[in-house]
Amino acid sequence: MDIDNLDFQTINLGHGSGGELTRKLLDKLIFSVFSNPYLNEKHDGAIVKIEGRVAISTDSFVITPIFFKGGNIGSLAVHGTVNDVAMCGAIPKYLSLAFIIEEGLDVVDFYQIVKSIKKAADESGVLIITGDTKVVERGKGDKIFINTTGFGEVHPKATISMDNINVGDKIIVNGFIAQHGMAIMSERKGLEFESNIESDSTNLNFLVKDLLDEFGDKIKLFRDPTRGGLGTVLHEIATDIELGVFIKEVHIPIEKQVAAACEMLGLDPMYVANEGVFIAIVDPSVENEVLALMRNHEKGKNASIIGEITDEHPNKVVLKSLIGGKRIVSPLVGEQLPRIC
Amino acid sequence: MQKNIEMKYLSEYRNLEETKKILDEIHKITMRVWNIMEICGGQTHSLVKNGILELLPEKIRMIHGPGCPVCVTPLNLIDKAIELLEQGVIVCSFGDMIRVPGSKKSLLEAKALGGDLRILYSPIEAVSIAKQNPNKEVVFFAVGFETTAPANALSVLHAEKEGISNYSILASHVLVPPAMEAILDDKLCTIDAFLAAGHVCAIMGVQEYYPLVAKYKIPIIVTGFEPLDLVQGIYMAVKQLEDGKYKLENQYARVVKENGNKAAIEVIQNVFEIGNREWRGIGEIPNSGYVIKEAYRKYDAEHKFNISNIKVPENSKCMAGEILRGIKRPNECSEFGKTCKPANPLGAPMVSSEGACAAYYHFSTNI
Repeated sequence: MDIDNLDFQTINLGHGSGGELTRKLLDKLIFSVFSNPYLNEKHDGAIVKIEGRVAISTDSFVITPIFFKGGNIGSLAVHGTVNDVAMCGAIPKYLSLAFIIEEGLDVVDFYQIVKSIKKAADESGVLIITGDTKVVERGKGDKIFINTTGFGEVHPKATISMDNINVGDKIIVNGFIAQHGMAIMSERKGLEFESNIESDSTNLNFLVKDLLDEFGDKIKLFRDPTRGGLGTVLHEIATDIELGVFIKEVHIPIEKQVAAACEMLGLDPMYVANEGVFIAIVDPSVENEVLALMRNHEKGKNASIIGEITDEHPNKVVLKSLIGGKRIVSPLVGEQLPRIC
Repeated sequence: MQKNIEMKYLSEYRNLEETKKILDEIHKITMRVWNIMEICGGQTHSLVKNGILELLPEKIRMIHGPGCPVCVTPLNLIDKAIELLEQGVIVCSFGDMIRVPGSKKSLLEAKALGGDLRILYSPIEAVSIAKQNPNKEVVFFAVGFETTAPANALSVLHAEKEGISNYSILASHVLVPPAMEAILDDKLCTIDAFLAAGHVCAIMGVQEYYPLVAKYKIPIIVTGFEPLDLVQGIYMAVKQLEDGKYKLENQYARVVKENGNKAAIEVIQNVFEIGNREWRGIGEIPNSGYVIKEAYRKYDAEHKFNISNIKVPENSKCMAGEILRGIKRPNECSEFGKTCKPANPLGAPMVSSEGACAAYYHFSTNI
């Protein structure tokens, strides 16, 4: 599709009217890109065959800026939902895709987002099977919002559940934390700073599948610490299982540039968002094997065992600092605010 | 800023072995009970975040000082900033000011109701916003100690140079030495030594602390913020106390020079003069802050807008004043962790990450 031949440069209210303009937008910029047997039916919904237990997850994406180093709102909308389905111990297969566009969005930008969605979906092995496009008046949105819902088949060996977690289980993270949040922060208006920090936005489903193939029920839980970061997710787990989480700061993988940017802005990387990070809570009998598998996988090269489940300090996450002191890791309250000095 | 940023002097000052060595020394030399106040909220944050407090001898009691800019900014001023927001002014602020409760609401809540609030890292950015919005008034909420004063003063000079008339600052600058004096003059004061705030001294130098050392016969150690800095500073203080000495020492010499930063001091003196200031929870301290000089009055938001009559009482349940003066610890407050939490703070020390109450709440509640 060559968007130079389009007779409109921006998306306007008419493109969401359901009429001729909507049809034109969908045909030229969406159906042509995502073409597949389910979508090509152009029916009100998609009819698919899914066997066994099904995992479903939905997420809305409202990020500013919509383009950032390492991705854009489109790729993020795919990775985010694909990963959420994967965290259930499932193999993601299908996605729904809904846009809410603020009138005035440049068609070139929109097309770039659509192409990113296609690329991310292909790479993740999922099909876009149904969708929706709405346009709202200028000032009633923020360029573009995307909602995706993912459907996947639960892995036959998966028994992912908080209930399976025991004292002594190990907590393993697949890679560097805080990359996504700091990449976004570096491009936010008023805070711009020059860096090479890229969002870690990526799909995790293949690594998750390999882990389940290999270790099955030895894997107790997967979680991806997106908003709220690693600290908030660990706190949620501790309170949900009514046990303690003990981690060591020295084992938490963080890239030097990201650590420096966090220092500079006065932010704690434990609460900064990730989009390509997950933790696995695993039986201690397989901790080294899980770590080895992760480190051999493209998405787990920097994996690290960061801590374990303990019956000391129930409902609390305790971190041993670099200098050997201990502190509580509490959940994030509201948005993380940059400090004064 | 350079690409591929990497922070120097970080890992060196978070080194387990080095820190442990000094901690062992502190344990060795501590014979008596000593109360040491770290002035700066950044130091409080680091002490608690790195778990240093539990590694110190029981006889060393760290008392958390008033050096949290958010915490000492008077309630009146927050209400004034909110009033400006509601009058349609673009209000620019450092991040951690925005959740501090005013008498009725916070800046963040005023934003949700339609106020144009911008969170910035630099006041110079606020001048650019004024330039881009010539039909709007733009006010920067200029809070902080000596550390933030140069940049805030510079923004005024910047606006003057560029002939930007729709910019002003709502200034609440406070100074460290008068606050230390007020704390020492308090009858309830039990402080034996101070860790002075490294970054404040980086701007102002250390000269103004000699008279305090002499008058109150108290050790003052200019100290940095990393774990190793803090344990070194504490060691130096304990050593002096055990030896019966009192002098000014500079632990943070890699950053702090005797005479401070000359260019920064000049900028401050250009725009500000010393005047009385109200401190939240402490009250008015004479000659304890900066006020905008007559020549730059048109950049003073309190002068420019009709907001000077806004006066509100503090929340009577909040004992921020006693916390800030080091008389009580956060967990000695009956509201701490109950009615007063970071998500619903009664007072400012529970909001800022540098506030003693928030630091206690987040990092050290009964491990």
